[in-house]
Amino acid sequence: MSGMNIIDRRLNPKGKSLGNRQRFLKRARAQIMRAVRSASGGRSITDVEQGDKISIPSDGLREPVFRGASAGGIRDVVVPGNKEFVEGDRIPRPPSGGGGAGSEGSPDGEGEDDFRFVISRDEFIDLFMEDLELPDLVKKKIKHSESFSTVRAGYSVSGNPSNLNLVRTMRNSLSRRIALRRPKTEDIEALEAELKELEASGKDPARLAELLAELEQHVLRSKRIPYIDPLDVRYNRFDVVPKPVTQAVMFCLMDVSGSMTEHMKDLAKRFFMLLYLFLTRRYRHVDIVFIRHTHVAQEVDEETFFYSTDTGGTVVSTALQEMKRVVTERYPANEWNIYAAQASDGDNTTYDNARAAGLLEQVILPLCQYFAYIEVGGEHKDWTGRETELWRTYKTVAKPGGVLAMRKVRTRSDIFPVFRDLFAPDRSHA
Amino acid sequence: MQQATPRTPLFTEADWDYDKIRRAYDAIENIAFGELGLEIYPNQIEVITAEQMLDAYSSVGMPLMYKHWSFGKHFARDEQLYRKGLRGLAYEIVINSSPCISYIMEENSMTMQTLVIAHAAFGHNHFFKNNNLFQQWTDAKGILDYLEFAKSYIARCEERHGAQNVEIVLDAAHALMNHGVHRYPRKRTLDLREEQRREAERAAYRERIYNDLWRTVPKAAGGGATPQQSGLGERKKLLNLPEENVLYFLEKNAPKLQSWQREILRIVRRISQYFYPQKQTKVMNEGCATFVHYHIMNRLFEQGLLTEGAMLEFLHSHTSVIFQPDFDDPRFSGTNPYALGFAMMEDIKRVCVDPTDEDRAWFPEIAGNGDPFGTLREAWATYRDESFILQFLSPHLMRKMRLFKLRNDASEPYLLVTAIHNERGYRDVRKALARQHDIAYIEPDIQIVDVDLAGDRKLVVQHRITRGVLLDEAEARAVQRHLANLWGYEVRLIEVDAATDAVRKEHPDVGPSVELS
Repeated sequence: MSGMNIIDRRLNPKGKSLGNRQRFLKRARAQIMRAVRSASGGRSITDVEQGDKISIPSDGLREPVFRGASAGGIRDVVVPGNKEFVEGDRIPRPPSGGGGAGSEGSPDGEGEDDFRFVISRDEFIDLFMEDLELPDLVKKKIKHSESFSTVRAGYSVSGNPSNLNLVRTMRNSLSRRIALRRPKTEDIEALEAELKELEASGKDPARLAELLAELEQHVLRSKRIPYIDPLDVRYNRFDVVPKPVTQAVMFCLMDVSGSMTEHMKDLAKRFFMLLYLFLTRRYRHVDIVFIRHTHVAQEVDEETFFYSTDTGGTVVSTALQEMKRVVTERYPANEWNIYAAQASDGDNTTYDNARAAGLLEQVILPLCQYFAYIEVGGEHKDWTGRETELWRTYKTVAKPGGVLAMRKVRTRSDIFPVFRDLFAPDRSHA
Repeated sequence: MQQATPRTPLFTEADWDYDKIRRAYDAIENIAFGELGLEIYPNQIEVITAEQMLDAYSSVGMPLMYKHWSFGKHFARDEQLYRKGLRGLAYEIVINSSPCISYIMEENSMTMQTLVIAHAAFGHNHFFKNNNLFQQWTDAKGILDYLEFAKSYIARCEERHGAQNVEIVLDAAHALMNHGVHRYPRKRTLDLREEQRREAERAAYRERIYNDLWRTVPKAAGGGATPQQSGLGERKKLLNLPEENVLYFLEKNAPKLQSWQREILRIVRRISQYFYPQKQTKVMNEGCATFVHYHIMNRLFEQGLLTEGAMLEFLHSHTSVIFQPDFDDPRFSGTNPYALGFAMMEDIKRVCVDPTDEDRAWFPEIAGNGDPFGTLREAWATYRDESFILQFLSPHLMRKMRLFKLRNDASEPYLLVTAIHNERGYRDVRKALARQHDIAYIEPDIQIVDVDLAGDRKLVVQHRITRGVLLDEAEARAVQRHLANLWGYEVRLIEVDAATDAVRKEHPDVGPSVELS
């Protein structure tokens, strides 16, 4: 037989290079973050969430070595495939500085201008949401319905027959039988056999009487001492433990009146999605409520919310009123973490301002963990100078360190910075 | 050659199992020992998955490696290319160790497994065991133990000193890895197991003689034996300058390094040294393995041990391995070591068995000696790429490959054909091709030439320009920074012409970017 060993390594633990990958991601962190953010600015959030190919510049990831410059000097190179040249021929230099025939490239043959690779969804989201903090995370309430779980908790002497613990029961029974010296069935049978034999032979009547007495004693004893006594029986015990469910509800409020352009809605959508992504990372369960409004407000499904158009005036307080109704009906504030994001172009009917402010301050804000107001602007419209109706109204309500935060967003690329800004751990400026 | 006797094939289906592999191995072994006269380390063949193959790829092909982000980067890139289908995986990876470990992938068909065993477990294995560069520079028995030691040592350092601090040292060491080899072996320890023991001993000794009182002794003002007045000559003598093994110099002389940091430099240096022969024998090593598998597969087929289908499958992958595109082909990316090595060895076989008059004139020692395998074994044992090409590249093969030499002079607007495959050009072409495979010629010649010990401790590094090519500036700056990080003070880089010693370029001095701790 040959001196050869063959070993199957296929079942060896996988991911040997995981440590290397973590080190790599950490190393490339700054670049990856930049790439992730620019990706989030340019594309739809649903794509971004999938985890993605990202391309990062390789500064900082370079592994430099001393190597010759790619240009300059005199290089002799031997190459195969001569077809027509003879000594002394001149070949015009190929355009890309010495490339083609004379190209030697870098020693390891890799160009490293940009480095592309794939990161997983989790890695992506982690980086994406890195060092963002949810405001006021403390309110974690236990929801009562359907949130109990049972855990094993030792044994009990009473219980449901289906929970009978056979092993424990039989163990108790055996030890009791041994302790009380209950005669074994085999012993009785042996005695009976001997008795029968003795009776048949008819010898030794004294021994016969002795055996009879003993047998009677045994039978009596085994009747008195039961095989399984109710005392022996044990049941598995279960405790019901309330399971803490951290849950959040996110209200998306949006003005859908005619003045909101598709562009504005798109901005709002992106913001809502970011918020949703963010909340799902922190809470096990996140509900979303979509409320759209013109001069009336209604709760709608996502499709309608984003894509159907409606006409009418703009009365913001109706949306707040609707939100209040939904909260009262379905999301009691002591059980749910309530977040709200409102997107609007800032229009409001003048007479409604006071009412909206009052409703917000008195009712909505006390319910909410956080209320973000995003004012979306037209792509081209320059509105930096003038403050809108709603902006001025909300400004009177906003307090430093309060739950109401306001930001203006104009282009896609603003979304993520604004989002970050809102949820960055230090919100003292909010 | 013995007459082929029709026998039952080793296998008829594509699926492999252990039994078939063992049978194929035995058949291969018969040919390898009986006909080729190979001499090998014991073989260990390990079956792995594609993912494990990627793993192995990313850590320079070694089964054990310390952790570093650059391996993660390579993994990410290789995985990307592989998933996209841009790059196939190698069919095997083979490690110069004893026992010689060959990884074969589970996806391979039985034909491929046979090919891989012939190629790696016999071809490469024989080369590892017999080539004198490998014998001189590597310790096949100790390498796995040493890597195990390196891995755990670096992991311990990460725990004790922080991953960040270890990373800085490793980054810098990797940047200088190519300059961590003693090219001309003086006193070397081959035994890597011994290395580990010595490190443990050094550490124990340091602990034993440690006495906190020394810290309190006032430092001698000025110091008696400072080389203050000593001239350049004396200084160089004191530090053994010039020194081309930069990592070695830093390990021994960098003033600020702690002992664990020196040990890390040592580890990187050892690994670099281990790979040094492989870099110099790409053509020979691959040529040897390809020649061996080609011979063995053909013999198996002649003996009726391979089906025609298997043979066709083999030829398909064999020809794609030894494919050499012409210089004007868009696929051209330099000479293919498999193609050149295989062609040269087949050519040597031809010269030994069936020489022409030209061959007799060029290779009087081997032409017609009738012992092709003995001649090749001798060559495999003795040469490296450069000397092998210089010695054995025949006019016949130059004509066949239509090799010609181009001069690319940056100061001229055209490329000049300086020699072609004709009587006048053979020697010129051969010499140039040999140089192209000389690692001392490809890699820049970097030396540490001076240290200003009395002044600001600036380290002076010199690049000796061989063919008018300066260093890539951005890369050089980055490496200079790494060097400065290890040295702890500023580093000056000067480029001088190797022929005239004239200074061609002075790079700005670079100081350390981080304080090692």
